[in-house]
Amino acid sequence: MTTGEALRKRVRQTLRDQPYPTVTVLSSLLAVQDDMGYLTEEAIQEVARFTGTTINEVWSVASFYLNFRFTPPGDHTVEVCWGPACHLRGAQTLLHDILGQLGLSGEGETGDSHISLKLNTCLGACTQAPVISVDHGLMGRMDSERALKAIQGASHPRRRERRHSREVR
Amino acid sequence: MTEAFAVLQRKAQERWRELNSHPWVRVGTALCGQAAGALDTLEALRAELTRQRVEATVSQVGCLGLCYAEPLVDVQLPGGPRVLYQRVTPDQVPDVVQGHLVHGEPRRELALAAVEGSVDGVPRLSDLPMFQGQVRIALRNAGHIDPTDLDHYIARGGFEALDLALSKMSPQQVHQHVMNSKLRGRGGAAFPTGVKWRFLMGAPGPKKYILCNCEEGDPGAFNDKGILESDPFTVLEGMVLAGYATGATNGFVFIRHGHEGPIERTRRAIQACYQAGLLGSHILGSSFSFDIEVSLTGESYVAGEETALMESIEGKRSMPRFRPPFPAQVGVWGRPSNINNVKTLAYVPEIVRLEGEWFSRIGMQNSTGTAIICLSGDVARPGMVEVPFGLTLRQVVEEMAGGVPDGKRLKLLQTGGPLGGVLSGELLDTIIDFDEMARAGAILGSGGVIVASEDSCAVDLTRNLIAFCQLESCGKCFPCRLGMSHILEVLERICRLKGRPGDLDLMRRVGQNMQVGSLCGHGQLGFNPVSSALKFFGEEFRVHIEEKRCPTGRCQGPFVGPERTRRWAHLHGESPTAAVYPEFVANVGKV
Repeated sequence: MTTGEALRKRVRQTLRDQPYPTVTVLSSLLAVQDDMGYLTEEAIQEVARFTGTTINEVWSVASFYLNFRFTPPGDHTVEVCWGPACHLRGAQTLLHDILGQLGLSGEGETGDSHISLKLNTCLGACTQAPVISVDHGLMGRMDSERALKAIQGASHPRRRERRHSREVR
Repeated sequence: MTEAFAVLQRKAQERWRELNSHPWVRVGTALCGQAAGALDTLEALRAELTRQRVEATVSQVGCLGLCYAEPLVDVQLPGGPRVLYQRVTPDQVPDVVQGHLVHGEPRRELALAAVEGSVDGVPRLSDLPMFQGQVRIALRNAGHIDPTDLDHYIARGGFEALDLALSKMSPQQVHQHVMNSKLRGRGGAAFPTGVKWRFLMGAPGPKKYILCNCEEGDPGAFNDKGILESDPFTVLEGMVLAGYATGATNGFVFIRHGHEGPIERTRRAIQACYQAGLLGSHILGSSFSFDIEVSLTGESYVAGEETALMESIEGKRSMPRFRPPFPAQVGVWGRPSNINNVKTLAYVPEIVRLEGEWFSRIGMQNSTGTAIICLSGDVARPGMVEVPFGLTLRQVVEEMAGGVPDGKRLKLLQTGGPLGGVLSGELLDTIIDFDEMARAGAILGSGGVIVASEDSCAVDLTRNLIAFCQLESCGKCFPCRLGMSHILEVLERICRLKGRPGDLDLMRRVGQNMQVGSLCGHGQLGFNPVSSALKFFGEEFRVHIEEKRCPTGRCQGPFVGPERTRRWAHLHGESPTAAVYPEFVANVGKV
């Protein structure tokens, strides 16, 4: 576990290293979540300090956008698209089978924290519906069999390279 | 021509000649390609080229629009035909490399089309059903150039318009071309772009903003991301021209966080433009300066609404602002701003280069130019096409995209994003034209067309659309925030075959309140999916409610959606307020 101070240091570094010239509360929160995988209490405080605003203000932004999370994600992220194009091509069947396999009833982490399941409103590849993504690698024209195999193979080393660094070291 | 641009153009043309004088392989790695496995194919290709010791340039390109045939690999030998191979799996890569690149023999069995030159037994690209009838203006470079390589863009006529504008035209003349083109905004509202620009021209400086909207939250629409992934330069050039015409100084390209392809390619394109002096101070040695950066937003559909977009750029919650004041007076950070969609801006360079009248002659009288249509759902050839206004939906859906596969009947179309609504297949003969479509009760929106076969259930699809609208309500206006939840709850009930006699009237009442009581389009149009579905498929709703059955059987089993769309599931009571505020109910008591 990282101590509070080490965590704060890392957050401050991330905030300074933001790639875009215009720095805002939102850009700061996105940068921290990209780095850590989620937002901690300390991160919210540091963003408030860095952007010269209140913790309240930062919370209001963090709690608004659907992509922010406040608990650590699983080791791997699986996203399933439930947009209308994927819906028509069988996303619900896919979802039911994936949920069954993972022992989940909706979005969230598996008991062993191995996998985070997220429902995405549109992964942007509607022509390949139904689409899922495993550790941010898109996979289209999915059926349950291929999807479950891809999720099982999520710890495969080559896939691991493609994902963002998520763990707090 | 400016001295600076002459140098850039000479260099680009030399590089382009050089590229074409060696074996060149292009792999489509836009989002559609990636989802089809293009990255694995690319990896296999690189390995195979090394193994066979073939020296070839490998470029990652964007989307040609033939998404059904992805992953696409496009092979060209100097002096030979340029052949497009379809659905290339890593296993097939050695075959293509060995056959075409080593022996110079195109692999006909795997080929989809000849892009340039001809190969016996392989159709020409322009003869493919999906390409026939296309007029590619915004997509002119898509699939042909490396979207991060400025030389590719310049070699194909890129930045000629900007050079022309800065050396020979006044800002008013650039604006006049856009006026003459009769270009209308492609984000959905179809407002005349020239008129919008004039609002900004009249606003005081010194700082004014051009905002490019690529939030594109509409499921089923991917043309904005497609353009930025395939040719971000045309959008950037369009923004600089817009800046020159209106006296703006800064630009933002607004993209949703997480879509790495479009973000990364746009970022690299911006960098390349700065290095070449096409962005920054004194562009091409002129007195005009303009800066562009990428602005990322979190996941929020409403962030695509123009005033919510400005809130998001400022780093706040993306909730719509009251209008007036309009963005052209009080925009981002209180400065005058102009918001255009990606597609709108992508047309601007060609409009300036080839003159506004040229553009106005394409398409229809009041819908000039082309429509960029994204086809998905139950069609044989899902993809993206750019067609002149005036074709019918049937021509696009049936002739170009091949209609519904397996001999099934086309039941409904979902156009214009979730707020656009559900349309009957009877509307297929509607002409693609902003006004014609509006008269028929259809919305072109930003160009998404999702096709559904006879197997689909109109009620089930409507529930999916409303679940999206409910999830994405920003919460600022209570008629939208509560209304969407209420309607979703009722639809859920109907889908579970537990609908009640008054349910349709109840939804209509809530829908009317949302329409009159909401600040932005999300609440105002949020009832569209239900009202349009009721109009065309009322009988299906009736059967669900009165006969307690779903004719297609699609409504069986619980619907899984994001947590926020499922609050009803935890309810003891039946109140929509409780659905949205379980904490309130728990703490304060029964509502």
